[in-house]
Amino acid sequence: MKAILTVHNLASDLVTTIWTPVFVAIFLAIIAYAFWPRNKAAFDKAAHLPLREE
Amino acid sequence: MSQPSISKSMTIGESGLAVVFAVTAFLCVVASAKALDAPFAFHAALSAAASLAALFVIVNRYLDRPAALPPAEINGRPNYNMGPIKFSAFMAMFWGIAGFLVGLIIASQLAWPALNFDLPWISFGRLRPLHTSAVIFAFGGNVLIATSFYVVQKSCRARLAGDLAPWFVVLGYNFFILIAGTGYLLGVTQSKEYAEPEWYADLWLTIVWVVYLLVFLVTIIKRKEPHIFVANWFYLAFIVTIAVLHLGNNPALPVSVFGSKSYVAWGGIQDAMFQWWYGHNAVGFFLTAGFLAIMYYFIPKRAERPIYSYRLSIIHFWALIFLYIWAGPHHLHYTALPDWTQTLGMTFSIMLWMPSWGGMINGLMTLSGAWDKLRTDPVLRMLVVSVAFYGMSTFEGPMMSIKVVNSLSHYTDWTIGHVHSGALGWVGFVSFGALYCLVPWAWNRKGLYSLKLVNWHFWIATLGIVLYISAMWVSGILQGLMWRAYTSLGFLEYSFIETVEAMHPFYIIRAAGGGLFLIGSLIMAYNLWMTVRVGEQEVQMPVALQPAE
Repeated sequence: MKAILTVHNLASDLVTTIWTPVFVAIFLAIIAYAFWPRNKAAFDKAAHLPLREE
Repeated sequence: MSQPSISKSMTIGESGLAVVFAVTAFLCVVASAKALDAPFAFHAALSAAASLAALFVIVNRYLDRPAALPPAEINGRPNYNMGPIKFSAFMAMFWGIAGFLVGLIIASQLAWPALNFDLPWISFGRLRPLHTSAVIFAFGGNVLIATSFYVVQKSCRARLAGDLAPWFVVLGYNFFILIAGTGYLLGVTQSKEYAEPEWYADLWLTIVWVVYLLVFLVTIIKRKEPHIFVANWFYLAFIVTIAVLHLGNNPALPVSVFGSKSYVAWGGIQDAMFQWWYGHNAVGFFLTAGFLAIMYYFIPKRAERPIYSYRLSIIHFWALIFLYIWAGPHHLHYTALPDWTQTLGMTFSIMLWMPSWGGMINGLMTLSGAWDKLRTDPVLRMLVVSVAFYGMSTFEGPMMSIKVVNSLSHYTDWTIGHVHSGALGWVGFVSFGALYCLVPWAWNRKGLYSLKLVNWHFWIATLGIVLYISAMWVSGILQGLMWRAYTSLGFLEYSFIETVEAMHPFYIIRAAGGGLFLIGSLIMAYNLWMTVRVGEQEVQMPVALQPAE
């Protein structure tokens, strides 16, 4: 079958080709964010959030 | 009672909704008159009555209320809205008991088929979706709505967004349950597992769900606390994903707008794949993400300890989001689904071990420094045991998704055992624990009526779960082994009816386990009722904290 080149095909090919590395990169960025030393104080504070309300 | 200084007028929401319900009532009367089948006529009449009731309540509420709406804050403190939470908590207990009871009935029907009584309305085929929907969507859904409305207010330090909107969500959702449940009994179903309600119920749920999302989101936007607490992330993922799943799985064309029957847009294996993409993510985002939100708020609060690792909670959340959505194909092993898709589903299911156990460890370790409380506080014990069950059933699930294991377990009672170790042990116990916390908080009581009764509930229900899941494991593996047993001549060794006969004692044990679980929930209902009726009032804070209703 002859492949027909359309904008839709191009777009879907691009998305299906790159989504894996893109998602992996986003996930790695999230891990970096979670472990970034400067964020530690804010996260420790957030862990106590249910205990200091009203 | 109205203050003369402010002139009183209807809000846009009040007048708009009043008009919408008046028009809806009229349309439903027309639909009821022109209905092609009796269940549709019944549902249209029910909707007309509900619309008129809603219209009456809106107008009456307007006439009774002071000119000004309840303020968001009083004396600088948030004026929390507890009314819809109390309603949802009550309905959760009601539907929970109803759902467990129907479960006990169908378990007994499997053991003693005569209990079908040859009546179509209470036959196993109709009661089974009533049971699953009642426990998942009616009980679980009301628990999630009640706790999410509580947690989002408290952790954002902001009053719930909207005046009528939160009430629209809780009442509208329970009306959806009523339509769905009565539909099953009357034989109305689109035959998609956990998505049985027909097109008109689906449309109504879509409207309710969008309003739920808006109430939740706008409350977060109005927050006074800069950080969005992790439980709210889990709730938001639950609300958004359920919306996507519902829309993806349910596009259908009704045969007539005056009839209940419709045909789903998808066909063949695409339909099967859509169904189990939906079905498994209902497990992942309704029964897991939503209840993990409960874990992340209620366990720290009850144990009076901070979350063990907030970093881990962030990674837990995102890993769950990235992985769960791909696990659905494991429901379709050895079917017409392409092999690579089955393997993909299996692979992602196995990867789910990581976030599941990461989350479990985070929940359990939150008790570090407070383990002694497990001896004295049965509510905390219930919450912690639920997390242990979460760990156990999320170990078992990925294992069963492995194709060679699945070739033994699929279509057997092992699946039912697995589902119930998750449903009774994890979702049930975490919900019970949350309700035991929530009811005294929402009704402003010092504590529960009786911790001793919680203890009884805990042990009776735990015994019930153990009987249930061990009976189903034995029965399921027995069944699977009998199905694949060959004689020396290459014939199947057992006829199907022989396997059914072999399962009979385990079905009786299972029903006994379900019965114990039901008894536990009745003890709980009594305890909560007495907490509200005779429980000691919490020391009155300034008028500020009185919920304005």
